[in-house]
Amino acid sequence: MSEVKEKESWFSPKNIKLLTDPIDSKNPITVLVLGICSALAVTVKLKPAIVMAISVTVVTAFSNLIISLIRNSIPNRIRIIVQLVVIAALVIIVDQILKAYVYDVSKQLSVFVGLIITNCIIMGRLEAFALGNKPWPSFLDGIGNGLGYGLILVVVAFFRELLGSGTLFGYRVVPVEWYIKNGGFYENNGMMILPPMALITVGIIIWIQRSRNRKLIEE
Amino acid sequence: MKLLEKIKGLDRNGNTYTFMYASGLVIIVAMLLATASTALKPVQTKNVETEKKIDILRSIGKAEGVDQARNKHAFVAETFEKYIPEQLVVNSQGDSIQGLRAFSIDLKVEMAKPLEQRNLPLYKAILDDGSVKYIIPLRGRGLWGPIWGYIALNADLNTIFGATFSHQGETPGLGAEISTPEFQAQFKGKTIFEGDSILTFTSIKVVKGGATPNDPHGVDAISGGTITSKGLESMLRDCLWGYQKYFEKIKNSISHE
Repeated sequence: MSEVKEKESWFSPKNIKLLTDPIDSKNPITVLVLGICSALAVTVKLKPAIVMAISVTVVTAFSNLIISLIRNSIPNRIRIIVQLVVIAALVIIVDQILKAYVYDVSKQLSVFVGLIITNCIIMGRLEAFALGNKPWPSFLDGIGNGLGYGLILVVVAFFRELLGSGTLFGYRVVPVEWYIKNGGFYENNGMMILPPMALITVGIIIWIQRSRNRKLIEE
Repeated sequence: MKLLEKIKGLDRNGNTYTFMYASGLVIIVAMLLATASTALKPVQTKNVETEKKIDILRSIGKAEGVDQARNKHAFVAETFEKYIPEQLVVNSQGDSIQGLRAFSIDLKVEMAKPLEQRNLPLYKAILDDGSVKYIIPLRGRGLWGPIWGYIALNADLNTIFGATFSHQGETPGLGAEISTPEFQAQFKGKTIFEGDSILTFTSIKVVKGGATPNDPHGVDAISGGTITSKGLESMLRDCLWGYQKYFEKIKNSISHE
């Protein structure tokens, strides 16, 4: 009977960990500091940030899945190119779908969808995880990392849109009467719209995260 | 099956296997992408067209209902048909060119040509009160990338009825302000020719530090957006002056009637 392998359940604690770890203690942006470039560029407003988060999650999940499925057949010498071809193909498909169905958002994201190809998170996960693991855990790992990336994007975008434009999802949150030009006392912080404040916001998130989880602090 | 065995027997790090693997992968991916592209093309083209129509309608102030419309494409197509019955293409000598549709002209290509060879698109709009507006497409360069827009002229071919501008990637809060209604509202009522005649073309100046309130040709530049403002000014000049001869012809034909 010993030859009957214990089949691991689809959502075993180990697999769940693959999904949740990248959201907190192995977060690609705040802990591994990958994918910062697009995190600065697409977080001016919430809507593009969410679309970007979904796109990256889809690409990491499926490129992990595909590479894991063909991992034993990939010739070692061209494995990076093979990974790139898979990622690029997925990104182009995502880009085409965005252009067709959420045209206004795809215009705001502009080149950054295409630049998902060069997002270090994706290739990092392929090399570090998908090449050595079975398809299902790889898929979960991809989703987890995409969500971890997306979470930071959404948090940063929330503060940038609220403080920089006074809106959320394009809806006005700060009342119009508050503004100085309408006789009030309030002014949007123009700095929040520019990339440097995104970097500072990410920095603050890293600070908060590390002060809560001291294990993340390097020696 | 023999082929499979043969492949399995191959050295996975050998050249033959690597070549075959790479070619196979590329062919599969290429087929996939070609299918996706062909399948989604019609929807994408429709999006681009609808957006262009919205921009044109915005210059005559008829694009408000778009966001509430349940079927955006149908709503835009219908409004466009209703208000813009005529499209024409002219050249800088003032002749209208037959066989071309203004809507299908790529302004980027035309602006790269010398003025004499350009096909200049022009839309004629008729509003609810029967007044005629002429809409001219604009395209130029901002700080980081292209800027474009539409400008609607009253029937005197001189006074601006409305203007709308868009941009690809101007700095938010600075150059990007050209796409705000506040900036665009300044253009209403300004004139592009000197006096009442259309003999001397003056275009519109985007004045740094603010235009004098009574200046018929000046609007306020954007503070911190100097290069975008300058780009907008040259876009207006470059795109508008080619129409002068044609405008003279329209004016003459009206006064002779």
